Amino acid sequence: MNGPDDVVDCLGQRCPLPVIAAARRLPELPVGGVLRVLADDPAAAIDIPAWCRMRGQELVGTSTVDGSPAYDIRRAH
Amino acid sequence: MLAALEDGWADPARLYAPARRARQLLDAARAATAEVLGVRPDELSFTPSGTAAAHAAVLGGLAGRRRAGGTLVHSAIEHSAVLHAAERHVAAGGSATGIPVDRAGSLDLDAWSAAVAGPGVALATLISASHEVGTVQPVAEAARACAAAGVPLYVDAAQSVGRIPVPAGWSILSASAHKWGGPPGVGLLVVRKGTRWESPYPADEREAGRTPGVGNLPAIVAAAAALRAVHAEAVAEAARLGPLVDRIRATVAATVPDVEVVGDPVDRLPHLVTFSCLYVDGEALLHALDRRGFAVSSGSSCTSSTLRPSHVLEAMGVLSHGNVRLSLHRESTEAEVDRFLAELPGIVAGLRAEAGVVGL
Repeated sequence: MNGPDDVVDCLGQRCPLPVIAAARRLPELPVGGVLRVLADDPAAAIDIPAWCRMRGQELVGTSTVDGSPAYDIRRAH
Repeated sequence: MLAALEDGWADPARLYAPARRARQLLDAARAATAEVLGVRPDELSFTPSGTAAAHAAVLGGLAGRRRAGGTLVHSAIEHSAVLHAAERHVAAGGSATGIPVDRAGSLDLDAWSAAVAGPGVALATLISASHEVGTVQPVAEAARACAAAGVPLYVDAAQSVGRIPVPAGWSILSASAHKWGGPPGVGLLVVRKGTRWESPYPADEREAGRTPGVGNLPAIVAAAAALRAVHAEAVAEAARLGPLVDRIRATVAATVPDVEVVGDPVDRLPHLVTFSCLYVDGEALLHALDRRGFAVSSGSSCTSSTLRPSHVLEAMGVLSHGNVRLSLHRESTEAEVDRFLAELPGIVAGLRAEAGVVGL
């Protein structure tokens, strides 16, 4: 799989900041582009998938990058 | 109550006159409480708190069945008191299996039934209704699955007792007086006849050997009186608060953009409603509401001492930030609800404007 098209680093930030950062950055990508959000707030594990569901965006997957949780979101529309 | 204060110093286990009067007051409180719950008085013990009752229910239920196995089956949305007791059990070498819930916060009955039928299950535990989102759990169906598997069921009924009936079929039940409007410092532990339950504490003869120490008699008498009163009014209160919660659910969803009203809209407690506002900081929202005289709770991580989001919202997969839990009570009025509904959209809009997230 190819890497993400863009990465937003929200390490150390508390929710809702990582979700807000994702909401700001994703529209800057073309439809189909993948944004990786690095976020270590435990609430991000709930709120990033919930945001994707509410906004109709696709959560491609979650992984660990350099020891921190990473959330890959594909712009669906 | 005054009599209880008068003789409350006396030890109900002794034989002098004030002690005998204390014994009578304790027996009367036990009989009245047992009658509301539909159980035998000797099945019911008063504990120092609902938390202590939950701990004893879990650890005692597991200890009594240790020969059957070492596995505890629990829903993912149990109260932290139950989960902490489960952690203790696991730390001591036992095992625990969490059962998921759906998006509305209702137990996955298929997963539950399969888990309780598995090998080595000593006890299963289910909260009667979620204390965070209000969703009433399928206790009767869960109890049938337990009965079929020969596994005792412990129901944490803290949210239900005094408000809504708890279905039959359980072996152990706990509740908390301050949840039904009684004083703090009184919990209930009910162990049905024939249930294998063994005290997790050092031996003590009090309260049928189920909880150590002399109970707080004045508080116990007050708790029993409060339970009788709320039980008598429960149907009328549910009929009054239920429609107010319906109105909150519908109005919040219609007047606040990007809000998720969570919990089952129908199978729910009559008095409790929870919603999450996208992009809003839960702590800021709580303080803004507090300044306007609204005392609400939140499952958002920023409002918890551990800085972790609510495990209940996590299990449901719903938004955890910007979370507000409204709990209506007997003194909550329609006018207060209307004022809340009138002020909330402006408060949320103001916080979003401050954070610069309008239009995201």
